[in-house]
Amino acid sequence: MSIAIKTEHLSKRYVIRHQQKESYLALRDVIAEKTKKLFYIFGSNKSKNPGFKKKEDFWALKDINFEFNQGDRVGIIGRNGAGKSTLLKVLSRITEPTEGRISLKGRIASLLEVGTGFHPELTGRENIFLNGAILGMRRVEIKRKFDEIVDFSGVEKFLDTPVKRYSSGMYVRLAFAVAAHLESEILVIDEVLAVGDSEFQSKCLGKMQDVSKEEGRTVLFVSHNMAAISKLCNTGILLSNGTVAENSSVERVVDLYISTCFKSEFYELGNSKNDKDVYFEKIFLSKDKISSINSFSLSDEIQCIFQVKGTKPVKDSTLTFIVRDKNLNPIFSEHFPVAEYNDKLIATIPKGMLLPGRYYLQSMLHVPNVRFLDNNEEYISFSIEETGSKNSIYTVDLGFVNIPVKWEKEL
Amino acid sequence: MTLIKDKIKNKEFDLVIESNLVRKNYWKDLWKYRELFFFLAWRDILVRYKQTVIGLAWSLLRPFLTMLVFTVIFGRLAKLPSGDVPYPILVFAAMLPWQFFATSFSDASNSLIGNSNMLTKIYFPRMIIPASTVIVNFVDFLISFLILTGLMFWYHFLPPISILALPVFIAQTFLISMGASFYVAAVNVKYRDFKYIVPFIVQFGLLISPVGFSSNVVPEKWRLLYSMNPMVGVIDGFRWSITGDASQIYLPGLYLSFGVTIFLVLIGVWYFRKMERTFADLI
Repeated sequence: MSIAIKTEHLSKRYVIRHQQKESYLALRDVIAEKTKKLFYIFGSNKSKNPGFKKKEDFWALKDINFEFNQGDRVGIIGRNGAGKSTLLKVLSRITEPTEGRISLKGRIASLLEVGTGFHPELTGRENIFLNGAILGMRRVEIKRKFDEIVDFSGVEKFLDTPVKRYSSGMYVRLAFAVAAHLESEILVIDEVLAVGDSEFQSKCLGKMQDVSKEEGRTVLFVSHNMAAISKLCNTGILLSNGTVAENSSVERVVDLYISTCFKSEFYELGNSKNDKDVYFEKIFLSKDKISSINSFSLSDEIQCIFQVKGTKPVKDSTLTFIVRDKNLNPIFSEHFPVAEYNDKLIATIPKGMLLPGRYYLQSMLHVPNVRFLDNNEEYISFSIEETGSKNSIYTVDLGFVNIPVKWEKEL
Repeated sequence: MTLIKDKIKNKEFDLVIESNLVRKNYWKDLWKYRELFFFLAWRDILVRYKQTVIGLAWSLLRPFLTMLVFTVIFGRLAKLPSGDVPYPILVFAAMLPWQFFATSFSDASNSLIGNSNMLTKIYFPRMIIPASTVIVNFVDFLISFLILTGLMFWYHFLPPISILALPVFIAQTFLISMGASFYVAAVNVKYRDFKYIVPFIVQFGLLISPVGFSSNVVPEKWRLLYSMNPMVGVIDGFRWSITGDASQIYLPGLYLSFGVTIFLVLIGVWYFRKMERTFADLI
């Protein structure tokens, strides 16, 4: 097997500007800044500004090394901010690496977003050509594959309708169909399968499997959907803080992801920089409101303790926590308005409600439907030990919650 | 020794991505993506006229109305002399290249921002975006050219032999528009408030270009300095080719405008390529 893709010491640095509201530079500010500097040089020294640090380096990727063979299906996983998107962007030449090298064999095509360049005013037919060209296909190539694309998308009835009249499902199907017919040796895919109905999703997964198994193409696939990753990929890398934490078989990487990323016993904000308006300082579980524990018995009340700090009052800020089962499916959630910011909030889950097993507590601060203030990705894991529940004599999974059900007998 | 080894190693791969790597493939890539370039231009033209009631007529109407206003204001009210050439033709000969440059320039300034979703999601030579904007306006330019032909028929004006030089000046206008567009598109990504200056530049440019008047009214000693504006050479050239009036041409100024044009293209391409690497991070 020959190597299809190889990275050596790949790093990407971003410069973060502080004290700047806009995400972009304004000529106005540059001129103002330059003028100010002139005054510093010629003017009195009273305006010397101590600790005047506006820029800070942030390494989104640091020293990434990997090699993948032709035909490999690589799952790239990691938490938000681990560097997945940056890695894909560097690989697909959208942005340049700061250091290091990537060597690729064959054409590379990337699908970081479904339907990039689609124009709502144009018809489906026109958009197939446009989108194909944007993805790097030749016109003859698109023509040759046109029927195949239309067939895969299943929108042949609406080919001459402007795509603005399409349902979002049709839109996504058409867009994916174009991308799926790219003739490239390496295909880079971001979380595009998070859209569309489940039937179409499995069709896409199947198509990607065909593409790599039968045609020997290399697929790099980013997703938060561990089921999709496990199904499609044969190898994986786990990214953490911009470095490769693990590079091995997909099963091992997925396991490691679930167990390391979701296995904190408590959360405590370290000395790391925090410019959030409202944030968690500490989250832990307890029985006596003071000491942190993670293992409870059926007869214990579970106290979830949130210490919230704020630098600036935010209207309608709300604390939400979600209790998830061992497969990360949500079981229930709670919402509480946060008004004062030096509070210690205690939510008590009554005893006996959760049945024995492993659970995860996810918490976030947000303004409902408006924005996230602090989206804590570190789930706190805890367990309820089996101390003789009603299900203890059974070996199969019989659910997670204990609901007080009333039984009656009528004659 | 290591150098040779490296070379052999690189041969195994079709593409090597490194920081600051001089992309010798750049122009090859641009050629490979030539179809995208026309697709984007085609999209913009199609979309522009799809949403309007009178459609394609817009591209005829706009230069026609401007020509009318200029003729009335400068020809009738200000009574500027135009020799034996009908004043509308004199104005229109200047309007054509100016309109082409001005619309390209202002459209291109917003082109990268307007396509930011493509820039952050897909790789392609970024030059395609401002270049296709220029192409769209070039199509408009050709349509406006039809009006000029119509005007010539209307006034029974037979174009002189110098009309054969016109393609040279069309090419020059094209190059000026490209160079300026590359530059302004790249600047606009970095400094987002630059867009407020663009309409001002266009307006100012109209006043310092000999659109409503002949550049013969500029005093001789200022003429060379005046020709620093490359549009002066272009507009004079258009007038000379269309009217055959050789007095329109000021040779040193013409050569200077060729020089400035080449300089503009080089600086536009250089700046664009320098900034291009950071577009996705800035936008």
